[in-house]
Amino acid sequence: MKIQSLKKRNSDLSQSERQLQILSNGLFADGELPTFKERLERAGKAPLTPGKLEILQVNVGYMCNQVCAHCHVDAGPDRKEIMTRDTMKEILSVIEKTGAHTLDLTGGAPEMNPDFRWFVEEASKVGISDFIVRSNLTIIKANKKYADLPEFFKKHGIHVVSSMPHWTRGKTDKQRGDGVFDKSIQALKDLNAVGYGMPGSGLKLDLVYNPSGAFLPGNQASLEKEFKKALLEDFGIHFHELFAITNLPISRFLDYLIASENYEDYMYNLVDAFNPAAVDNVMCTNTLSVSWDGWLYDCDFNQMLEMKVQSAVQHISDFNMEILQNRKIAICQHCYGCTAGAGSSCQGSVA
Amino acid sequence: MNLERIKYFNINLMEKTYYNPSDLRKFKNITEWSEELGEKFFEYYGKVFEEGALSAREKSLIALAVSHVVQCPYCIDAYTQDGLQRGINREEMMEAVHVGAAIQSGATLVHGVQMMNKYNKLSM
Repeated sequence: MKIQSLKKRNSDLSQSERQLQILSNGLFADGELPTFKERLERAGKAPLTPGKLEILQVNVGYMCNQVCAHCHVDAGPDRKEIMTRDTMKEILSVIEKTGAHTLDLTGGAPEMNPDFRWFVEEASKVGISDFIVRSNLTIIKANKKYADLPEFFKKHGIHVVSSMPHWTRGKTDKQRGDGVFDKSIQALKDLNAVGYGMPGSGLKLDLVYNPSGAFLPGNQASLEKEFKKALLEDFGIHFHELFAITNLPISRFLDYLIASENYEDYMYNLVDAFNPAAVDNVMCTNTLSVSWDGWLYDCDFNQMLEMKVQSAVQHISDFNMEILQNRKIAICQHCYGCTAGAGSSCQGSVA
Repeated sequence: MNLERIKYFNINLMEKTYYNPSDLRKFKNITEWSEELGEKFFEYYGKVFEEGALSAREKSLIALAVSHVVQCPYCIDAYTQDGLQRGINREEMMEAVHVGAAIQSGATLVHGVQMMNKYNKLSM
């Protein structure tokens, strides 16, 4: 069955208020499970506050050529929210002013933003040392105009981080749509062909694994070993690191959890796996997330829940690092996803 | 189905059965009524499943096979989930179950020799 975005389906879960309501009711309202705030307090880790800003994660739009079953952005071809060049200019001037060394571009499929290449070229000029593009891979094969992306990435020394839920066709296509596996394999071969992911290559190609169902990711190092062996033996594909990312109970993944009657067990699993050591390195402590329309969030998940930074400064046009630095990070029960087990961030495990 | 209803059904459909899936979460509570033995058991259990001469992945598949042989529904739930987390695929899981089934049916059939011995002894 073809998946549609929650927004297109007019699902009540496309409303962030409804998602937050679910995450705060039931098990958490009954006191059966501690809220994330209570758990942080018990661990002596509250309130959560930001450290030094290192990564600016920019969501350049929710449009995507894929409609994945687990997508926390509710992205898809029908999503029209796209960052304009004016907002990009504001971000560039912020990069110049702050010490953020990493620009992390995400979406949707970030490459579908018509100003994507312009933005990358301009950002290269203003001192970004690590440039990450979160590519879904299939975009490279989606249309002729994207076929030269590997060369474009190479030209700007972009660090490519690609989603690959499994090394088998069945699991991948079930999560991400029919044909996604074959196209992803082709795209990985194209990236390898220009030097990405090859042993010893400075052209970094990392893969993101997230579980295709209501379970947490296993040990990142073991999974990396499995992925490397299978992709090399079966397809001759090389990559550098594997990031194991936990699916957070929001948006389409929350919809799946509820529809499959896995919601309560999943929340129990997340809460049981709470690891205080993971709290110290969660990505919201060194990252700021910018939405397509320039609003600021503690992370991409908070962005989707429309939980803006708790600060007098909330928009890129008013950016003031000093004021932002004094904020408390906005939290809710979905945050358990980043502190479960070895922790989870856009860079994979954190503990 | 909304969450309130899911909750309602879980409570009302399950409480009069011997097995309740949510009891697995309470496994650790056995320690409350016998702290020393409970803690020793969980320490031993944790140690058993660590990486060793066998990998944790191999141990997970053995546990899945044994779970079926001892017909423990909690263990089947737990080690199916554990396998998924480790990236173990369904073909591997099913083969493990067949290993358990083969040993169990073999154990039945090998007693056929006893039956044959007894038959021959009693027969003229």
